[in-house]
Amino acid sequence: MHFKGKGHKVGDHIDTDAIIPARCLVTTDPEELGRNCMAGLEENWVSRVNRGDILLGGKNFGCGSSREHAPIAILGAGIPVVIAHSFARIFYRNGFNMGLVLLEGGDEISRLSDGDELEIKALEGKIVNHTTGDTVNSLPVPEFMADILAKGGLINYVREKVA
Amino acid sequence: MGKNLAEKILQKHSPEEIKKPGQIIPCRVSLVLANDITAPLAGDSFRKMQAPRVFDADKIALVCDHFTPNKDIASAEQVQKVRRFAREMNITHYYEGGNVGVEHALLPELGLVGPGDVVVGADSHTCTYGGLGAFATGMGSTDIAAAMALGETWFKIPETIRVNMNGSLDEFTTSKDLILNLIGRIKVDGALYRALEFAGDTLTELDAEARMTMANMAIEAGGKAGLFPVDQVTLDYCREHGRQGDDFLEPDGQAGYCMQVDMQVSGMPPQIACPHLPDNVAGVDDLEEIKVDQVVLGSCTNGRISDLRQAAHILKDRHVDKNIRLIVLPATPKIYAQALEEGLLEIFLKAGGIIGPPTCGPCLGGHMGILASGETCLATTNRNFKGRMGSLESKVYLGSPYVAAATAVAGRIIPPARV
Ligand code: SF4
Repeated sequence: MHFKGKGHKVGDHIDTDAIIPARCLVTTDPEELGRNCMAGLEENWVSRVNRGDILLGGKNFGCGSSREHAPIAILGAGIPVVIAHSFARIFYRNGFNMGLVLLEGGDEISRLSDGDELEIKALEGKIVNHTTGDTVNSLPVPEFMADILAKGGLINYVREKVA
Repeated sequence: MGKNLAEKILQKHSPEEIKKPGQIIPCRVSLVLANDITAPLAGDSFRKMQAPRVFDADKIALVCDHFTPNKDIASAEQVQKVRRFAREMNITHYYEGGNVGVEHALLPELGLVGPGDVVVGADSHTCTYGGLGAFATGMGSTDIAAAMALGETWFKIPETIRVNMNGSLDEFTTSKDLILNLIGRIKVDGALYRALEFAGDTLTELDAEARMTMANMAIEAGGKAGLFPVDQVTLDYCREHGRQGDDFLEPDGQAGYCMQVDMQVSGMPPQIACPHLPDNVAGVDDLEEIKVDQVVLGSCTNGRISDLRQAAHILKDRHVDKNIRLIVLPATPKIYAQALEEGLLEIFLKAGGIIGPPTCGPCLGGHMGILASGETCLATTNRNFKGRMGSLESKVYLGSPYVAAATAVAGRIIPPARV
């Protein structure tokens, strides 16, 4: 669980309508959802993102609806990790279930800026900012979530259980 | 130490002893819900999990209420997928067409949710059933698929915020105004990861529908659940809706709370949430008059019969402003029929309203009332995020059915008392 990429910063209270607007919910295809990632915030937001880049959210990231299309759209855009001040609860569950890594950093997050080159050790919650030379600590991924991530998401986790 | 409502209900459904907030527990579920947006994904996840069948075909509800009657080919195909899944799994509670209503109005009406239940739904407003004393919370489709397969899920025990409401409601102040006021005070992340528990003497003035309106918006403060104790009012509602064997439920005396919020209800004017967040709240008297283009009366927040009665009370023998489109969506077929019988629909029609089918309609910007850029809407729904009801350049204000009706008549947001 080691990641490297450029950070893209968005504001506080980014809701699921911003991440993926309702008009895009008529599909479940990750590629297609990925093309519309953050379209509710700004048309074509995703054009700035390269595969492996990292999303930097503020407070209460992912608030709003329970749509799993939101983490799928982020993954579909090629973003494997979101670091935020805090996450909305349903989004938090959905993220891990889909295999998206979420790191909660609280006020520390203010030390990460748009465009910073970041390196992340998710299980330890360690974020190295290569642009500033700074290291930022987030909460480590909880054991239970790490378990689900290790199995590749909730689907595999349940498949093992019902087998 | 005693247990609060969330802990008491969860304990009933978990083999593990609940000791403190933050603890992760396995939990049996009473009912699992998904809709036409989330069920297709849940079905896909379910198949990938390779579970041979659902844990109990009577304890799953699939409600196609969001984009129906289907607005386009893509949404029709989504519903088709849900329909096939429901048939294949022999799901008892599958609703579409003439049976469908807005899910969170429909399930309580059918007696499918009630006191002490643990309900998980692939819809964030599943928290509505907390109005009847159920621990009910929204999750994503894959969590829901797991619950369909296993009949259980996991929860992190939430901390609970106790909300003490005291005093008497003014003539045109409703439970919608109470919850808007609360969200305005604690903000959209004020109850993040936490449960809200409602208490105080104002409860005696709130019927079951009014309580569900409040519990519905717990998520708008980030809440995991919004819980009301179970009293005679709840039990009467549940009995009338075909349930048996429910019992009173109250928090223990020495229960733990992370925070107490005191609300003085008397004298509170109707509240409005201004664009673009539900916590941007002001008393209607303090707002400048805002011109609107559309008024929407309906949704899982305020589309029940008591809501329609309140709006009709104001709209009777009046006409909506010539620049206003008033859209009325009774939340279920039963509410629709009752409104017809009570003459409410006639009042709305004569006033110049449009009456739509019992579905979500424009609430989430789906269809049947989408806003153009520059347009403004006053809605009795629960979210006013940017672009929620259409163009990113449109605006949504949230208010009660009284305010909606008054606004429709005046063409501007005004206090109901001034119509
Ligand atoms: S009425 Fe609105 S908030 Fe309620 S379930 Fe439908 S779309 Fe969601």
